[in-house]
Amino acid sequence: MIVAERKSIEQIEAMLEGFDRILLVGCGTCVAVCMAGGEKEVELLAAELRMKGKMEGRQRTVDEITITRQCDKEYLEALAKYVDQYDVILSAGCGAGVQFLAERYEDKIVLPALNTRFIGVAEGAGVWTQRCMACEDCILDQTGGICPMTICAKNLLNGPCGGTDHGKCEVDSEKDCAWTLIYNRMKKLGRLDYIKKIQPPKDYSVMTKPGKYTHEAFKEARQED
Amino acid sequence: MPNKFKEAFDQKEFVVTAEVGPPKGTDIGRLIEDIDLLKDKIDGLNVTDNQSSVMRISSLAVCRMILDRGGEPILQMTCRDRNRMALQSELLGAAVLGVPSVLCLSGDAITVGDHPKAKPVFDLDSVQLLQAVGLLNGGKDLSDNELQGPTDLFPGAVVTPEADPIEPQLLKFEKKIAAGAKFIQTQAIYDMDNFKQFMDNVRHHDTKIMAGVVLLVSAGMAKYMNKNVPGIMVPDALIEEMAAAPKGERLDAGIRIAGRMIRQLREEKICDGVHIMAIGKEDRVPDILEAAGMSPAD
Repeated sequence: MIVAERKSIEQIEAMLEGFDRILLVGCGTCVAVCMAGGEKEVELLAAELRMKGKMEGRQRTVDEITITRQCDKEYLEALAKYVDQYDVILSAGCGAGVQFLAERYEDKIVLPALNTRFIGVAEGAGVWTQRCMACEDCILDQTGGICPMTICAKNLLNGPCGGTDHGKCEVDSEKDCAWTLIYNRMKKLGRLDYIKKIQPPKDYSVMTKPGKYTHEAFKEARQED
Repeated sequence: MPNKFKEAFDQKEFVVTAEVGPPKGTDIGRLIEDIDLLKDKIDGLNVTDNQSSVMRISSLAVCRMILDRGGEPILQMTCRDRNRMALQSELLGAAVLGVPSVLCLSGDAITVGDHPKAKPVFDLDSVQLLQAVGLLNGGKDLSDNELQGPTDLFPGAVVTPEADPIEPQLLKFEKKIAAGAKFIQTQAIYDMDNFKQFMDNVRHHDTKIMAGVVLLVSAGMAKYMNKNVPGIMVPDALIEEMAAAPKGERLDAGIRIAGRMIRQLREEKICDGVHIMAIGKEDRVPDILEAAGMSPAD
Protein backbone atom coordinates (compact mmCIF):
# COMPACT_ATOMS: atom_id res chain seq x y z
CA MET A 1 0.00 0.00 0.00
CA ILE A 2 0.89 3.70 -0.15
CA VAL A 3 2.49 4.83 3.10
CA ALA A 4 2.24 8.48 4.10
CA GLU A 5 2.77 10.63 7.17
CA ARG A 6 1.07 13.81 8.21
CA LYS A 7 2.85 17.12 7.73
CA SER A 8 3.64 18.99 10.94
CA ILE A 9 0.91 21.20 12.31
CA GLU A 10 3.18 24.20 11.68
CA GLN A 11 3.46 23.34 7.98
CA ILE A 12 -0.29 22.84 7.71
CA GLU A 13 -1.03 26.10 9.51
CA ALA A 14 1.37 27.94 7.18
CA MET A 15 -0.52 26.62 4.13
CA LEU A 16 -3.85 27.62 5.65
CA GLU A 17 -2.75 31.21 6.31
CA GLY A 18 -5.62 33.51 5.27
CA PHE A 19 -8.26 30.79 4.89
CA ASP A 20 -11.04 30.49 7.46
CA ARG A 21 -13.42 27.95 5.92
CA ILE A 22 -11.63 24.65 5.60
CA LEU A 23 -12.91 21.31 4.36
CA LEU A 24 -10.61 18.53 5.54
CA VAL A 25 -11.01 15.40 3.41
CA GLY A 26 -9.75 12.06 4.69
CA CYS A 27 -9.15 8.94 2.63
CA GLY A 28 -10.37 5.57 3.84
CA THR A 29 -7.87 3.36 2.05
CA CYS A 30 -4.04 3.20 2.29
CA VAL A 31 -3.49 6.30 4.43
CA ALA A 32 -6.18 5.14 6.85
CA VAL A 33 -4.30 1.87 7.35
CA CYS A 34 -1.01 3.68 8.02
CA MET A 35 -2.76 6.02 10.43
CA ALA A 36 -2.01 9.23 8.54
CA GLY A 37 -5.20 10.37 6.82
CA GLY A 38 -8.13 8.11 7.71
CA GLU A 39 -11.30 8.98 9.60
CA LYS A 40 -9.67 9.05 13.03
CA GLU A 41 -6.71 11.09 11.93
CA VAL A 42 -8.74 13.78 10.17
CA GLU A 43 -11.04 14.01 13.19
CA LEU A 44 -8.00 14.72 15.37
CA LEU A 45 -6.45 17.16 12.90
CA ALA A 46 -9.74 19.03 12.49
CA ALA A 47 -10.08 19.34 16.27
CA GLU A 48 -6.52 20.64 16.51
CA LEU A 49 -7.08 23.20 13.76
CA ARG A 50 -10.34 24.37 15.34
CA MET A 51 -8.67 24.76 18.70
CA LYS A 52 -5.75 26.69 17.23
CA GLY A 53 -8.21 28.97 15.43
CA LYS A 54 -10.09 29.58 18.65
CA MET A 55 -6.91 30.34 20.61
CA GLU A 56 -5.91 32.87 18.00
CA GLY A 57 -9.37 34.42 18.13
CA ARG A 58 -10.18 33.61 14.53
CA GLN A 59 -13.52 32.86 12.92
CA ARG A 60 -12.47 29.51 11.61
CA THR A 61 -14.69 26.70 10.34
CA VAL A 62 -13.07 23.28 9.96
CA ASP A 63 -15.31 20.42 8.84
CA GLU A 64 -14.08 16.94 8.09
CA ILE A 65 -15.33 14.18 5.86
CA THR A 66 -13.66 10.89 4.97
CA ILE A 67 -14.39 9.25 1.64
CA THR A 68 -13.60 5.67 0.66
CA ARG A 69 -10.86 6.59 -1.80
CA GLN A 70 -9.58 9.89 -3.18
CA CYS A 71 -8.11 8.14 -6.21
CA ASP A 72 -11.50 7.11 -7.63
CA LYS A 73 -13.80 9.60 -9.38
CA GLU A 74 -17.02 8.07 -8.06
CA TYR A 75 -16.07 8.76 -4.43
CA LEU A 76 -15.02 12.34 -5.15
CA GLU A 77 -18.53 13.15 -6.37
CA ALA A 78 -19.90 12.89 -2.82
CA LEU A 79 -18.09 16.16 -2.02
CA ALA A 80 -19.79 18.18 -4.76
CA LYS A 81 -22.63 19.35 -2.55
CA TYR A 82 -20.29 20.70 0.12
CA VAL A 83 -17.28 22.28 -1.52
CA ASP A 84 -18.84 25.66 -2.34
CA GLN A 85 -19.12 26.45 1.37
CA TYR A 86 -15.34 26.38 1.84
CA ASP A 87 -12.33 28.53 0.90
CA VAL A 88 -10.02 25.60 0.72
CA ILE A 89 -9.92 21.81 0.63
CA LEU A 90 -7.23 20.22 2.80
CA SER A 91 -6.68 16.68 1.54
CA ALA A 92 -5.39 13.99 3.86
CA GLY A 93 -4.94 11.64 0.89
CA CYS A 94 -1.66 10.61 -0.71
CA GLY A 95 -0.20 12.77 -3.49
CA ALA A 96 -2.42 11.00 -6.01
CA GLY A 97 -5.54 11.74 -4.00
CA VAL A 98 -4.65 15.43 -3.61
CA GLN A 99 -4.17 15.75 -7.37
CA PHE A 100 -7.38 13.94 -8.26
CA LEU A 101 -9.32 16.18 -5.88
CA ALA A 102 -7.70 19.27 -7.40
CA GLU A 103 -8.58 18.02 -10.87
CA ARG A 104 -12.23 17.33 -9.96
CA TYR A 105 -12.72 20.63 -8.15
CA GLU A 106 -10.58 22.82 -10.34
CA ASP A 107 -11.97 26.12 -9.01
CA LYS A 108 -10.97 25.25 -5.44
CA ILE A 109 -7.62 25.56 -3.74
CA VAL A 110 -6.63 22.02 -2.72
CA LEU A 111 -3.78 21.60 -0.21
CA PRO A 112 -1.86 18.49 0.95
CA ALA A 113 -1.98 17.54 4.63
CA LEU A 114 0.34 14.55 4.18
CA ASN A 115 3.78 13.74 2.83
CA THR A 116 3.60 10.57 0.74
CA ARG A 117 6.47 8.26 1.66
CA PHE A 118 6.49 5.03 -0.33
CA ILE A 119 4.86 1.77 -1.39
CA GLY A 120 5.40 -0.50 1.54
CA VAL A 121 4.28 -3.03 4.10
CA ALA A 122 3.34 -2.99 7.76
CA GLU A 123 6.45 -4.45 9.34
CA GLY A 124 5.14 -4.26 12.89
CA ALA A 125 2.78 -2.19 14.98
CA GLY A 126 3.13 1.38 13.69
CA VAL A 127 6.16 0.59 11.52
CA TRP A 128 6.09 0.51 7.73
CA THR A 129 8.95 -0.23 5.37
CA GLN A 130 9.40 0.45 1.68
CA ARG A 131 9.25 -2.58 -0.61
CA CYS A 132 8.61 -1.41 -4.17
CA MET A 133 9.78 1.40 -6.47
CA ALA A 134 7.13 0.72 -9.12
CA CYS A 135 9.94 0.28 -11.68
CA GLU A 136 7.51 -1.36 -14.14
CA ASP A 137 9.76 -4.35 -14.86
CA CYS A 138 9.71 -6.69 -11.89
CA ILE A 139 12.80 -8.88 -11.43
CA LEU A 140 11.86 -10.39 -8.07
CA ASP A 141 11.80 -13.85 -9.72
CA GLN A 142 15.58 -13.57 -10.10
CA THR A 143 16.41 -12.10 -6.70
CA GLY A 144 14.62 -14.37 -4.26
CA GLY A 145 11.69 -12.02 -3.73
CA ILE A 146 13.97 -9.23 -2.41
CA CYS A 147 14.06 -6.07 -4.53
CA PRO A 148 17.55 -4.63 -5.19
CA MET A 149 15.94 -1.53 -6.75
CA THR A 150 14.28 -0.74 -3.43
CA ILE A 151 16.24 -2.39 -0.64
CA CYS A 152 19.70 -1.45 -1.99
CA ALA A 153 20.36 2.26 -1.39
CA LYS A 154 22.25 2.40 -4.72
CA ASN A 155 19.80 0.13 -6.59
CA LEU A 156 22.69 -2.09 -7.65
CA LEU A 157 21.60 -5.00 -9.82
CA ASN A 158 24.72 -7.18 -9.83
CA GLY A 159 25.81 -7.59 -6.26
CA PRO A 160 26.87 -5.57 -3.21
CA CYS A 161 29.04 -2.46 -3.19
CA GLY A 162 32.14 -2.13 -1.00
CA GLY A 163 30.11 -0.38 1.66
CA THR A 164 28.38 -3.52 2.87
CA ASP A 165 29.44 -4.54 6.36
CA HIS A 166 28.36 -7.61 8.31
CA GLY A 167 25.13 -7.70 6.32
CA LYS A 168 24.35 -4.03 6.94
CA CYS A 169 24.31 -0.99 4.63
CA GLU A 170 26.88 1.84 4.66
CA VAL A 171 24.12 4.40 4.28
CA ASP A 172 22.39 3.32 7.49
CA SER A 173 23.89 0.63 9.72
CA GLU A 174 20.38 -0.18 10.98
CA LYS A 175 19.38 -1.30 7.49
CA ASP A 176 20.15 -4.65 5.93
CA CYS A 177 22.39 -4.97 2.86
CA ALA A 178 20.00 -6.04 0.10
CA TRP A 179 22.64 -8.20 -1.57
CA THR A 180 23.51 -10.09 1.58
CA LEU A 181 19.79 -10.83 2.00
CA ILE A 182 19.46 -11.84 -1.66
CA TYR A 183 22.56 -14.04 -1.58
CA ASN A 184 21.47 -15.84 1.58
CA ARG A 185 17.95 -16.37 0.30
CA MET A 186 19.06 -17.69 -3.09
CA LYS A 187 21.59 -19.97 -1.45
CA LYS A 188 18.88 -21.36 0.81
CA LEU A 189 16.61 -21.87 -2.20
CA GLY A 190 19.40 -23.54 -4.21
CA ARG A 191 19.07 -20.85 -6.89
CA LEU A 192 22.45 -19.08 -6.77
CA ASP A 193 22.83 -19.56 -10.52
CA TYR A 194 20.15 -16.91 -11.05
CA ILE A 195 22.22 -14.17 -9.40
CA LYS A 196 25.42 -15.23 -11.15
CA LYS A 197 24.01 -13.93 -14.43
CA ILE A 198 24.94 -10.32 -15.21
CA GLN A 199 21.84 -8.15 -15.10
CA PRO A 200 21.73 -5.61 -17.94
CA PRO A 201 21.16 -1.92 -17.20
CA LYS A 202 17.59 -1.14 -16.20
CA ASP A 203 15.27 0.09 -18.97
CA TYR A 204 14.15 3.48 -17.70
CA SER A 205 12.10 4.19 -20.84
CA VAL A 206 9.25 2.13 -19.39
CA MET A 207 9.27 4.47 -16.41
CA THR A 208 8.68 7.61 -18.49
CA LYS A 209 6.46 9.87 -16.44
CA PRO A 210 3.55 10.22 -16.04
CA GLY A 211 2.72 6.55 -16.28
CA LYS A 212 -0.51 5.40 -17.89
CA TYR A 213 -1.96 1.92 -17.95
CA THR A 214 -5.13 0.65 -19.63
CA HIS A 215 -6.33 -2.84 -18.78
CA GLU A 216 -6.39 -5.15 -21.79
CA ALA A 217 -10.13 -5.81 -21.51
CA PHE A 218 -10.86 -2.09 -21.60
CA LYS A 219 -8.53 -1.53 -24.55
CA GLU A 220 -10.63 -3.98 -26.55
CA ALA A 221 -13.88 -2.40 -25.39
CA ARG A 222 -12.63 1.01 -26.48
CA GLN A 223 -11.64 -0.26 -29.85
CA GLU A 224 -15.09 -1.76 -30.33
CA ASP A 225 -16.67 1.60 -29.47
CA MET B 1 46.97 4.41 -27.32
CA PRO B 2 50.24 4.07 -25.40
CA ASN B 3 49.56 2.61 -21.98
CA LYS B 4 52.56 2.44 -19.65
CA PHE B 5 50.46 1.04 -16.83
CA LYS B 6 49.14 -1.87 -18.90
CA GLU B 7 52.63 -2.53 -20.31
CA ALA B 8 54.08 -2.57 -16.80
CA PHE B 9 52.17 -5.82 -16.14
CA ASP B 10 54.00 -7.41 -19.09
CA GLN B 11 57.40 -5.99 -18.24
CA LYS B 12 57.50 -6.25 -14.45
CA GLU B 13 56.75 -8.84 -11.84
CA PHE B 14 55.40 -6.27 -9.44
CA VAL B 15 53.52 -3.14 -10.49
CA VAL B 16 53.13 -0.11 -8.23
CA THR B 17 50.40 2.50 -8.31
CA ALA B 18 49.39 5.27 -5.94
CA GLU B 19 46.60 7.80 -5.94
CA VAL B 20 45.89 11.48 -5.64
CA GLY B 21 42.63 13.04 -4.58
CA PRO B 22 41.71 16.19 -6.50
CA PRO B 23 41.25 19.19 -4.20
CA LYS B 24 38.01 21.02 -3.57
CA GLY B 25 38.72 24.30 -5.32
CA THR B 26 41.14 25.64 -7.87
CA ASP B 27 44.26 25.75 -5.71
CA ILE B 28 46.27 22.93 -7.26
CA GLY B 29 49.73 23.77 -5.90
CA ARG B 30 49.98 20.76 -3.61
CA LEU B 31 48.41 18.44 -6.21
CA ILE B 32 51.06 19.43 -8.76
CA GLU B 33 53.83 18.87 -6.22
CA ASP B 34 52.50 15.38 -5.51
CA ILE B 35 52.15 14.53 -9.21
CA ASP B 36 55.68 15.73 -9.97
CA LEU B 37 57.13 13.84 -7.03
CA LEU B 38 55.40 10.54 -7.84
CA LYS B 39 55.12 10.39 -11.63
CA ASP B 40 58.49 8.75 -12.30
CA LYS B 41 58.51 6.51 -9.22
CA ILE B 42 55.36 4.49 -9.90
CA ASP B 43 53.59 2.81 -12.83
CA GLY B 44 50.28 4.60 -12.54
CA LEU B 45 48.55 7.31 -10.56
CA ASN B 46 44.86 6.86 -9.74
CA VAL B 47 42.75 9.99 -9.63
CA THR B 48 39.74 9.61 -7.37
CA ASP B 49 36.27 10.65 -8.50
CA ASN B 50 34.57 12.96 -5.99
CA GLN B 51 35.92 10.62 -3.31
CA SER B 52 33.81 10.13 -0.19
CA SER B 53 31.00 11.82 -2.13
CA VAL B 54 32.66 15.20 -1.60
CA MET B 55 32.49 17.52 -4.62
CA ARG B 56 35.95 18.28 -6.06
CA ILE B 57 37.82 18.89 -9.33
CA SER B 58 36.79 16.29 -11.89
CA SER B 59 38.91 13.18 -12.13
CA LEU B 60 39.29 13.51 -15.90
CA ALA B 61 40.66 17.05 -15.65
CA VAL B 62 43.33 15.95 -13.18
CA CYS B 63 44.13 12.88 -15.32
CA ARG B 64 44.90 15.21 -18.21
CA MET B 65 47.10 17.35 -15.91
CA ILE B 66 49.06 14.21 -15.03
CA LEU B 67 49.56 13.39 -18.73
CA ASP B 68 50.73 16.94 -19.40
CA ARG B 69 53.33 16.55 -16.64
CA GLY B 70 54.56 13.26 -18.07
CA GLY B 71 52.79 10.91 -15.65
CA GLU B 72 50.54 7.88 -16.21
CA PRO B 73 46.97 8.52 -14.99
CA ILE B 74 44.31 5.96 -14.08
CA LEU B 75 40.85 7.49 -14.24
CA GLN B 76 38.54 6.48 -11.42
CA MET B 77 34.90 6.57 -12.48
CA THR B 78 31.95 6.06 -10.19
CA CYS B 79 28.32 5.46 -11.15
CA ARG B 80 27.04 7.81 -8.47
CA ASP B 81 26.98 11.14 -10.30
CA ARG B 82 26.37 10.35 -13.99
CA ASN B 83 23.86 8.38 -16.01
CA ARG B 84 24.90 6.03 -18.81
CA MET B 85 25.03 8.85 -21.36
CA ALA B 86 27.34 11.00 -19.25
CA LEU B 87 29.52 8.01 -18.31
CA GLN B 88 30.02 6.91 -21.91
CA SER B 89 30.55 10.48 -23.06
CA GLU B 90 33.26 10.90 -20.41
CA LEU B 91 34.87 7.60 -21.43
CA LEU B 92 35.07 8.88 -25.02
CA GLY B 93 36.50 12.11 -23.60
CA ALA B 94 39.13 10.14 -21.66
CA ALA B 95 40.08 8.27 -24.83
CA VAL B 96 40.64 11.40 -26.93
CA LEU B 97 42.50 13.15 -24.12
CA GLY B 98 44.90 10.22 -24.00
CA VAL B 99 43.85 8.81 -20.62
CA PRO B 100 44.38 5.08 -21.16
CA SER B 101 43.06 3.28 -18.06
CA VAL B 102 39.82 3.46 -16.14
CA LEU B 103 38.88 2.02 -12.75
CA CYS B 104 35.14 1.35 -12.54
CA LEU B 105 33.42 1.75 -9.17
CA SER B 106 29.89 2.02 -7.78
CA GLY B 107 30.83 5.08 -5.72
CA ASP B 108 30.14 6.00 -2.12
CA ALA B 109 26.60 6.89 -1.16
CA ILE B 110 25.64 10.54 -1.72
CA THR B 111 24.40 10.88 1.84
CA VAL B 112 27.87 10.37 3.40
CA GLY B 113 29.34 13.36 1.53
CA ASP B 114 29.07 17.14 1.44
CA HIS B 115 26.06 17.35 -0.88
CA PRO B 116 23.72 14.93 0.90
CA LYS B 117 20.66 16.49 -0.75
CA ALA B 118 21.87 15.68 -4.29
CA LYS B 119 20.12 13.09 -6.45
CA PRO B 120 22.06 9.79 -6.46
CA VAL B 121 22.23 8.48 -10.03
CA PHE B 122 23.39 4.83 -10.10
CA ASP B 123 21.85 4.36 -13.55
CA LEU B 124 24.55 1.72 -14.13
CA ASP B 125 26.45 -0.32 -11.56
CA SER B 126 30.18 -1.05 -11.70
CA VAL B 127 29.65 -4.32 -13.61
CA GLN B 128 27.56 -2.60 -16.25
CA LEU B 129 30.10 0.26 -16.46
CA LEU B 130 32.82 -2.32 -17.18
CA GLN B 131 30.58 -3.72 -19.92
CA ALA B 132 30.16 -0.21 -21.33
CA VAL B 133 33.97 0.18 -21.53
CA GLY B 134 34.15 -3.14 -23.37
CA LEU B 135 31.47 -2.06 -25.84
CA LEU B 136 33.14 1.30 -26.53
CA ASN B 137 36.44 -0.53 -27.07
CA GLY B 138 34.59 -2.65 -29.62
CA GLY B 139 33.28 0.40 -31.44
CA LYS B 140 29.70 0.40 -30.15
CA ASP B 141 27.79 2.10 -27.36
CA LEU B 142 25.34 0.71 -24.81
CA SER B 143 22.46 1.24 -27.26
CA ASP B 144 24.28 -0.71 -29.97
CA ASN B 145 25.07 2.39 -32.04
CA GLU B 146 28.27 2.41 -34.12
CA LEU B 147 30.96 4.83 -32.93
CA GLN B 148 33.05 7.00 -35.23
CA GLY B 149 36.20 5.43 -33.90
CA PRO B 150 36.40 3.06 -30.93
CA THR B 151 38.16 3.62 -27.60
CA ASP B 152 41.17 1.62 -26.41
CA LEU B 153 40.68 1.81 -22.68
CA PHE B 154 42.18 -0.59 -20.11
CA PRO B 155 39.38 -1.37 -17.63
CA GLY B 156 39.81 -2.23 -13.98
CA ALA B 157 37.67 -2.71 -10.89
CA VAL B 158 37.89 -3.12 -7.13
CA VAL B 159 37.25 -5.87 -4.60
CA THR B 160 37.15 -6.06 -0.80
CA PRO B 161 39.03 -9.19 0.32
CA GLU B 162 38.05 -8.68 3.98
CA ALA B 163 34.33 -8.27 3.21
CA ASP B 164 32.11 -10.05 5.69
CA PRO B 165 30.32 -12.07 4.38
CA ILE B 166 32.74 -12.72 1.50
CA GLU B 167 30.43 -14.81 -0.74
CA PRO B 168 28.30 -11.94 -2.16
CA GLN B 169 31.55 -9.98 -2.68
CA LEU B 170 33.07 -12.86 -4.67
CA LEU B 171 29.88 -13.18 -6.70
CA LYS B 172 30.25 -9.58 -7.83
CA PHE B 173 34.02 -9.94 -8.27
CA GLU B 174 33.45 -12.79 -10.72
CA LYS B 175 30.90 -10.71 -12.62
CA LYS B 176 33.47 -7.91 -12.86
CA ILE B 177 36.01 -10.27 -14.40
CA ALA B 178 33.36 -11.60 -16.79
CA ALA B 179 32.49 -7.99 -17.68
CA GLY B 180 36.09 -7.39 -18.71
CA ALA B 181 38.05 -6.12 -15.69
CA LYS B 182 41.72 -6.59 -16.63
CA PHE B 183 43.12 -5.30 -13.36
CA ILE B 184 41.77 -5.30 -9.82
CA GLN B 185 42.71 -2.99 -6.97
CA THR B 186 41.73 -4.28 -3.55
CA GLN B 187 40.42 -2.41 -0.54
CA ALA B 188 43.13 -1.97 2.10
CA ILE B 189 44.51 -5.26 3.37
CA TYR B 190 46.50 -5.70 6.58
CA ASP B 191 46.21 -9.37 7.50
CA MET B 192 48.57 -11.17 5.15
CA ASP B 193 47.29 -14.66 5.95
CA ASN B 194 43.73 -13.62 5.12
CA PHE B 195 44.93 -12.00 1.91
CA LYS B 196 46.90 -15.09 0.87
CA GLN B 197 43.77 -17.14 1.37
CA PHE B 198 41.79 -14.67 -0.74
CA MET B 199 44.44 -14.87 -3.47
CA ASP B 200 44.28 -18.68 -3.41
CA ASN B 201 40.55 -18.36 -4.19
CA VAL B 202 40.91 -15.90 -7.06
CA ARG B 203 44.34 -16.59 -8.57
CA HIS B 204 42.88 -18.64 -11.42
CA HIS B 205 41.08 -15.63 -12.93
CA ASP B 206 42.59 -13.94 -15.96
CA THR B 207 43.15 -10.55 -14.34
CA LYS B 208 45.95 -8.68 -12.56
CA ILE B 209 45.45 -8.20 -8.85
CA MET B 210 46.97 -5.30 -6.95
CA ALA B 211 46.81 -5.35 -3.17
CA GLY B 212 45.55 -2.16 -1.59
CA VAL B 213 47.83 -0.70 1.08
CA VAL B 214 46.60 2.25 3.12
CA LEU B 215 49.30 4.08 5.07
CA LEU B 216 48.59 4.06 8.80
CA VAL B 217 49.40 7.34 10.55
CA SER B 218 48.38 6.42 14.10
CA ALA B 219 46.87 3.66 16.22
CA GLY B 220 43.74 5.82 16.46
CA MET B 221 43.37 5.83 12.70
CA ALA B 222 43.60 2.03 12.63
CA LYS B 223 40.96 1.71 15.34
CA TYR B 224 38.76 4.24 13.57
CA MET B 225 38.95 2.29 10.31
CA ASN B 226 38.21 -1.00 12.05
CA LYS B 227 35.09 0.54 13.52
CA ASN B 228 33.89 2.71 10.65
CA VAL B 229 35.25 1.57 7.31
CA PRO B 230 33.52 -1.51 5.90
CA GLY B 231 35.93 -4.22 4.76
CA ILE B 232 39.02 -2.91 6.57
CA MET B 233 40.46 -4.98 9.40
CA VAL B 234 43.73 -3.91 11.01
CA PRO B 235 45.00 -6.72 13.26
CA ASP B 236 45.70 -5.92 16.92
CA ALA B 237 49.43 -6.57 16.50
CA LEU B 238 49.72 -3.72 13.99
CA ILE B 239 47.67 -1.39 16.18
CA GLU B 240 50.03 -2.18 19.06
CA GLU B 241 53.06 -1.57 16.86
CA MET B 242 51.66 1.85 15.92
CA ALA B 243 50.78 2.65 19.56
CA ALA B 244 54.27 1.68 20.72
CA ALA B 245 55.90 4.24 18.45
CA PRO B 246 56.92 7.42 20.26
CA LYS B 247 55.05 10.59 19.44
CA GLY B 248 56.55 12.17 16.35
CA GLU B 249 57.60 8.78 14.98
CA ARG B 250 54.17 7.28 14.38
CA LEU B 251 54.07 8.15 10.72
CA ASP B 252 57.48 6.52 10.37
CA ALA B 253 56.05 3.39 12.00
CA GLY B 254 53.18 3.43 9.48
CA ILE B 255 55.68 3.78 6.62
CA ARG B 256 57.70 0.88 8.03
CA ILE B 257 54.59 -1.32 8.27
CA ALA B 258 53.43 -0.45 4.73
CA GLY B 259 56.95 -1.06 3.40
CA ARG B 260 57.17 -4.43 5.17
CA MET B 261 53.82 -5.52 3.74
CA ILE B 262 54.78 -4.49 0.22
CA ARG B 263 58.12 -6.29 0.52
CA GLN B 264 56.32 -9.49 1.52
CA LEU B 265 53.71 -9.16 -1.24
CA ARG B 266 56.51 -8.74 -3.75
CA GLU B 267 59.06 -11.24 -2.49
CA GLU B 268 56.52 -14.00 -1.94
CA LYS B 269 54.85 -13.17 -5.29
CA ILE B 270 51.49 -13.09 -3.55
CA CYS B 271 49.90 -10.81 -6.15
CA ASP B 272 50.73 -8.74 -9.24
CA GLY B 273 51.36 -5.42 -7.59
CA VAL B 274 50.37 -2.91 -4.97
CA HIS B 275 48.12 0.13 -4.93
CA ILE B 276 49.32 2.56 -2.28
CA MET B 277 46.75 4.86 -0.71
CA ALA B 278 48.65 7.39 1.35
CA ILE B 279 45.58 9.52 2.02
CA GLY B 280 46.95 13.05 2.53
CA LYS B 281 50.59 11.85 2.82
CA GLU B 282 51.25 11.32 -0.88
CA ASP B 283 54.68 12.92 -0.47
CA ARG B 284 55.73 9.92 1.67
CA VAL B 285 55.02 7.30 -1.02
CA PRO B 286 58.72 7.30 -2.07
CA ASP B 287 59.65 6.55 1.57
CA ILE B 288 57.21 3.63 1.61
CA LEU B 289 58.82 2.23 -1.53
CA GLU B 290 62.25 2.65 0.00
CA ALA B 291 61.07 0.85 3.15
CA ALA B 292 59.83 -1.94 0.86
CA GLY B 293 63.32 -2.24 -0.60
CA MET B 294 62.23 -0.99 -3.98
CA SER B 295 64.19 1.64 -5.81
CA PRO B 296 62.17 3.85 -8.17
CA ALA B 297 63.69 2.02 -11.12
CA ASP B 298 62.21 -1.35 -10.08
